[in-house]
Amino acid sequence: MRHSMKRMLSVATSIAMVSSLAACGGSSSSSTTAAPAAETTAAAAAETTAAPAETTAAATEAATEAAGGDEGKVLNIECWNTEFQSRLTDHYPGYEKVDDTTGKIGDVTVNWHITPSDDNAYQNNLDEKLPANGDAAADDKVDLFLMEADYAKKYVNADVTMNVKDLGITDDDIKDQYQYTKDIVTDGSGVLKGLSWQACSAGLIYNRAIAKEVLGSDDPEKVQEAVKDWDTFNATAKTLADKGYKITSTVNDTYRVYSNNVSKPWVDGTTVQVDDNIKKWVDDSKALADAKETGVADLWSDDWSAGFYPEGKVFCYFGPAWLINFSMHGDDLKSVAGQGGWGFVVGPQSFYWGGTWIAAATGTDNPTLVKDIMLKMTTDPAILKDIAVKDADCVNNKSVLAELAGETIDPVAAEDGKAGNITFILGGQNPYQVLADGAEKVDMSNISDYDQGCNEEFQSAMKGYFDGNYKSYDDALAAFNKAIVEKYPELTTG
Amino acid sequence: MKKTSKVMEYNRWGYIFLIPFFVVFVVFQLIPLISTIYNSFFENFKSGLKQIGPNFVGFGNYVKILSNPDLWKYFGNTMIMWIIGFIPQIIVSLLLAAWFTDPSLRLKGQRFFKTVIYLPNLIMASAFAMLFFTLFSDNGPINSMLMQMGFLPEPFKFFSSVVATRNLVGFMNFIMWFGNTTILLMAGMMGIDQALFEAAEVDGATPNQIFYKITLPLLRPILVYVLITSLIGGLQMFDVPQILTNGTGDPARSTMTTIMWLNKHLFSKNYGMGGALSVLIFIVTGILSILVFQLTGKEQTN
Repeated sequence: MRHSMKRMLSVATSIAMVSSLAACGGSSSSSTTAAPAAETTAAAAAETTAAPAETTAAATEAATEAAGGDEGKVLNIECWNTEFQSRLTDHYPGYEKVDDTTGKIGDVTVNWHITPSDDNAYQNNLDEKLPANGDAAADDKVDLFLMEADYAKKYVNADVTMNVKDLGITDDDIKDQYQYTKDIVTDGSGVLKGLSWQACSAGLIYNRAIAKEVLGSDDPEKVQEAVKDWDTFNATAKTLADKGYKITSTVNDTYRVYSNNVSKPWVDGTTVQVDDNIKKWVDDSKALADAKETGVADLWSDDWSAGFYPEGKVFCYFGPAWLINFSMHGDDLKSVAGQGGWGFVVGPQSFYWGGTWIAAATGTDNPTLVKDIMLKMTTDPAILKDIAVKDADCVNNKSVLAELAGETIDPVAAEDGKAGNITFILGGQNPYQVLADGAEKVDMSNISDYDQGCNEEFQSAMKGYFDGNYKSYDDALAAFNKAIVEKYPELTTG
Repeated sequence: MKKTSKVMEYNRWGYIFLIPFFVVFVVFQLIPLISTIYNSFFENFKSGLKQIGPNFVGFGNYVKILSNPDLWKYFGNTMIMWIIGFIPQIIVSLLLAAWFTDPSLRLKGQRFFKTVIYLPNLIMASAFAMLFFTLFSDNGPINSMLMQMGFLPEPFKFFSSVVATRNLVGFMNFIMWFGNTTILLMAGMMGIDQALFEAAEVDGATPNQIFYKITLPLLRPILVYVLITSLIGGLQMFDVPQILTNGTGDPARSTMTTIMWLNKHLFSKNYGMGGALSVLIFIVTGILSILVFQLTGKEQTN
């Protein structure tokens, strides 16, 4: 009897032990998906030092006006890095820096709540706070928050973001902004709910030395001829391969270019669909990868960035101004950028990459100040010009870009540890005309709520196809469909 | 009569000392366990900012999971990678334990080596996986070494090869756990009556005979324990492949373990499907654990 009791007890403890293990497995839910740094945005790249700079001592009228009256005394801003903070510190009149996460505008205290985007943490944080914003205590209410294009629709299509018109911003105020930057933050019924100061239109960045050797000239017009559409681009890839060069570092370089030029959104109702242009990316990329004319590494991996140096033997990258300025190792004199060896053209199709959008959170108790920040930071030509010159952002303003395109910007050479300016990196070329033309052509009206997940999972599934681990496109597509239903259980696949 | 009540009185202290354990167990383990089981019967997830459910669906989630052929694929992946790691682990551990416990060898610096072989287990699995990811990347040090020595004409893409990636995961698990297993087996071997070894030596048995005829049979309960606990650990394999493949389980989902699959459901906070999968893993683990206690219990009664 006593013996069987013992037995029972040991079984009980064993179950206890197992359940602890299983519970462990169950609750490790949001565990680490960290990995080869996936700073996919302009934001991350542009995140330079928050230059303390001269703080304008005199608060402007708007700021004081906003601070007065019956509006909140605390402005809470949700963001994932210090990019917007440093822009506001440097360029918003009347902003005073108190410490790394607080500032003052007039007598309003500005609190910066920084949650890094790794592991979806930033969005999880917003998902928690925004729906409850109306009921939060006045000083805890989120007033402003920042978004990236990949997931902007998620917040824009919910009622957690404010119509910019309700803040008092008119169509006339934003007439100089590019249409695509508005499309990304326009909800299903056509209401604009956010603004951006950046227009990250992008192009093809080519290695001048390789262009000279293989194409006979590094003149942007001549190079554009060789990459003017996908067929020509793929033919050029063959010519480059014969000389031992890869056209792009990886197949993922061109993904955004194809995926920005789709004729239908990823999701129709609740059905996932693959656009013809994205299918074309698969076919073109498979051919390039099989012919070893490009690699299959992930963006931001060391294998991808190898081409930033001459030994990488990569002909071109696709990217916007921030990639050129901040990511191509321009501060290393051995890199192609450090020697001013890149050139810039439109490429086969126009696209954009990155950008940060500012939105007002529903329930804000500082609407006047929020409006003023949004207006000043995204529409004021003087401030935007200043941002373009000092921070090298490609700003969201047609007239400022036109002005910059017309100016001669003297190349400032790179020193060890300090990057040269964009005209230096591009061998004396002024890229603003190309950037402005590109921004005009980008069409993001087919963006959907599910773009981030669809794009990530599609590229990941197709990697298996390019590697040969999936025998056919259909197998890879089936893997993509599986992954999508795991991420978004409400969707069905065709 | 008086005597028994005194014993009872004394026993009460035992129960009082057990209270902290049971409180912690109930709060942090039993309640989450029950809520996991409860959640597994509901459709309950988030779509963007919209909450869907919870709607009671009975065994709907279980049917969905069990009818999904991928479950068996991921279960198979987990088992394959566990076996790849376990076989070298048990062989090396047996060998090392036999050497360490053999007094006739008089090994020097035992303490040092025992510490060293245990060290890999102290590194966080995620850090270890990151290290391997960097070492074996296409332009990483391993590739450039192999190329410089002339073994490879061009970089070998370890993480595009099913065999290579699975072996890397198995190898990492081996490196991390063989020290732990060695120490367990050593404890088992030292528990064997020395008189038996001496008797065997006197009878003229060779070291091999002693190992196969005396050490191994008497070590059986510990071996079974090691096997089953390692199997339970293997079933829950997560961190190493998760970090090594950035959560994708690539190439072509061939390194996706069941727990990694579980984790995939939590992106959309799909507590229903996640719960159902957890419960299934719990049941399998539970059966295995009962098996351990059955087997080790039998040894004791003999």
